[in-house]
Amino acid sequence: MSEVTPPRGPDDGGWRGEQPTRRALLLKLAVLINAVVALLFAIPVVGYILAPALRRTYLTWIALGPVENFPVGQTLLVSYRNPFVKPWDGPTADIPCWVRRLGQDEFQIFAINCTHLGCPVRWFQESQLFMCPCHGGVYYADGRRASGPPPRPLYRYPYRIRNGQLWVQAGQLPTLGQAQV
Amino acid sequence: MQRWLRTIGGWLEERTHLAGAIEETARHRVPRNSASWWYVFGSATFTVLILQIVTGICLATVYVPAADRAWNSLIYLNYQEPLGWYLRALHGWGSNFMVALMFIHLIQVFLFGAYKYPRELTWLAGVVLLLCTLGMAFTGQVLRFDQDAYWGLGIAAAIMGRAPLVGPRLVHLLLGGPIIAGETLSRFFALHVFVIPGLLLSFVALHLFLVLRLGINEWPVPGRLVKREIYLREYHELVERDGESFFPWAAQKDLLFAGLIVLALLVVAAVAGPIGPNGRPDPSIIETVPRPDIFFLWLFALFALLPPWTETFLILVGPLVLIAILIGLPFYSGTGEKSFRRRPFAVVFVILAFLLFATMTWLGLSSPWSPVMDAWSAVATPVAYVKGRTPLQLQGALLIQDKQCRNCHAMGGQGGRRGPALDSVATRLTRNELIRQILQGGGNMPAYGSNLSPAEVDAIVDFLQTMTPAGEPPARNSAPPAEP
Repeated sequence: MSEVTPPRGPDDGGWRGEQPTRRALLLKLAVLINAVVALLFAIPVVGYILAPALRRTYLTWIALGPVENFPVGQTLLVSYRNPFVKPWDGPTADIPCWVRRLGQDEFQIFAINCTHLGCPVRWFQESQLFMCPCHGGVYYADGRRASGPPPRPLYRYPYRIRNGQLWVQAGQLPTLGQAQV
Repeated sequence: MQRWLRTIGGWLEERTHLAGAIEETARHRVPRNSASWWYVFGSATFTVLILQIVTGICLATVYVPAADRAWNSLIYLNYQEPLGWYLRALHGWGSNFMVALMFIHLIQVFLFGAYKYPRELTWLAGVVLLLCTLGMAFTGQVLRFDQDAYWGLGIAAAIMGRAPLVGPRLVHLLLGGPIIAGETLSRFFALHVFVIPGLLLSFVALHLFLVLRLGINEWPVPGRLVKREIYLREYHELVERDGESFFPWAAQKDLLFAGLIVLALLVVAAVAGPIGPNGRPDPSIIETVPRPDIFFLWLFALFALLPPWTETFLILVGPLVLIAILIGLPFYSGTGEKSFRRRPFAVVFVILAFLLFATMTWLGLSSPWSPVMDAWSAVATPVAYVKGRTPLQLQGALLIQDKQCRNCHAMGGQGGRRGPALDSVATRLTRNELIRQILQGGGNMPAYGSNLSPAEVDAIVDFLQTMTPAGEPPARNSAPPAEP
């Protein structure tokens, strides 16, 4: 008959022993509980931080005003209030875009952002060009790249005309990985 | 008075027993050669960091980190809050001082081989501090919530947006929403005031702890190689044989230099004043020429000059490669020669890196690739170029202004520099070549074919053909058409 007695270290009270003791079990339980609560704590915190990225797109239809505001053959700067807005956004939520009217119901609506690195392009009526002040990107009136580093034509927003109003589908900063047109 | 101090000191010592540790730290022995003027940059960087914390806390008592108020609160600080302008100047210029000192410190420890065994971890902590400090500089530029900050965020978003697959989600994570707005500023405020400073201070503590634990790097002697087996013993012997107390022999130089740096900062901030803010961060104000702060101008220049097909790859992978090189350095060359006199590649690398930085920064300041947006209406045609010209040529000169040619083409040294100056264009291009270039564009020039009537092209080319400096003949066709 062999009676197994838990081996005791000189001063650890059996803590490092091969045989589990009730005291050693307590430590394991404590670690386990902390791992669980750490996870429970991390889920809301990480979720809170990641929340803006969890939603794939932010798009909605926005009215830009009556169609007659835009003379045929002209390109005009129009601002709209971004629909996804916080009360303290201030002027940052006033997003500009270039509206080009080609015919009765034919429009092109360009984002303000250069497709190179997002700086605001400016329209020059006389030379019929968009120019970017940052790295010298230039676009033709229809948004095609004319020169400089831009990797693609100007970003365009989809549009529609309802009850004499021009509507644009927008709401988020267009980037190379996420552009509608 | 002295009796009081001694009583308080004694009371504290009885409870903390710290006097011994402080004494030991202050009087720890350092190699005599390391008590040098070359070793003062780290402590100076730390001194400026302390000032940044103080001025940052002061600014936080007035600054409003909300997108609709931030700019107004900066203007209030500049013009109404007593001494607000000076605190903003100290914080803004302090940032420049800190980044500059940090890079000098980096170059010094690199050239002196301080990253080698056993100080690899000290170097790695330094790399984290480098990233944190640059992170502070960028997030700080965002908190100065003006047009440059707004469009700088736009550039950051455009870079993130190029990442494959996760790009759009990264953009929304960075901006805290679909556009640059209130939550963007709040996120950067949290980063600038809580997250990065917390990291920064922890790693400063680790960095300093390691410097004390391992001893300051000894003055590198050419030919004295670092070997893992004997280095620690050799260093110990050196400190015993030829060492001296850190305080005051090394500390006095640190103190004096740090004092001079603070004095320089006080003077520069008083003379140069606060940095910005420029225009309101209103994206519908598009009459703006966004530029980053000085330490990011080289990147701005790089974005303009990289060949487009390399750009996405280099923008996304380049920074990771640079960080990997910095992290890998002590593992790649952890032993061996320390002295820069025997490390020519290291010296050449530093010189090249500095030249690249300086050249790119200078190019970024002048940005010759950007059209000068108002040159067509703000810069006159030189009088000499219109004197005695025919009406058709004058019409051409007018069209060159009116069609914004001057935004990219200089005349008389004024105007854009995106394209070649027009002062001697007729010595390079014949009439037919001029017409072709205008109509079809090419070589970075837009095509104007659909945008100019034949009569307008005629007028412009007639004018351009007068652009031959005295004594230089106009361009000729090398193979003129055969006589009929």
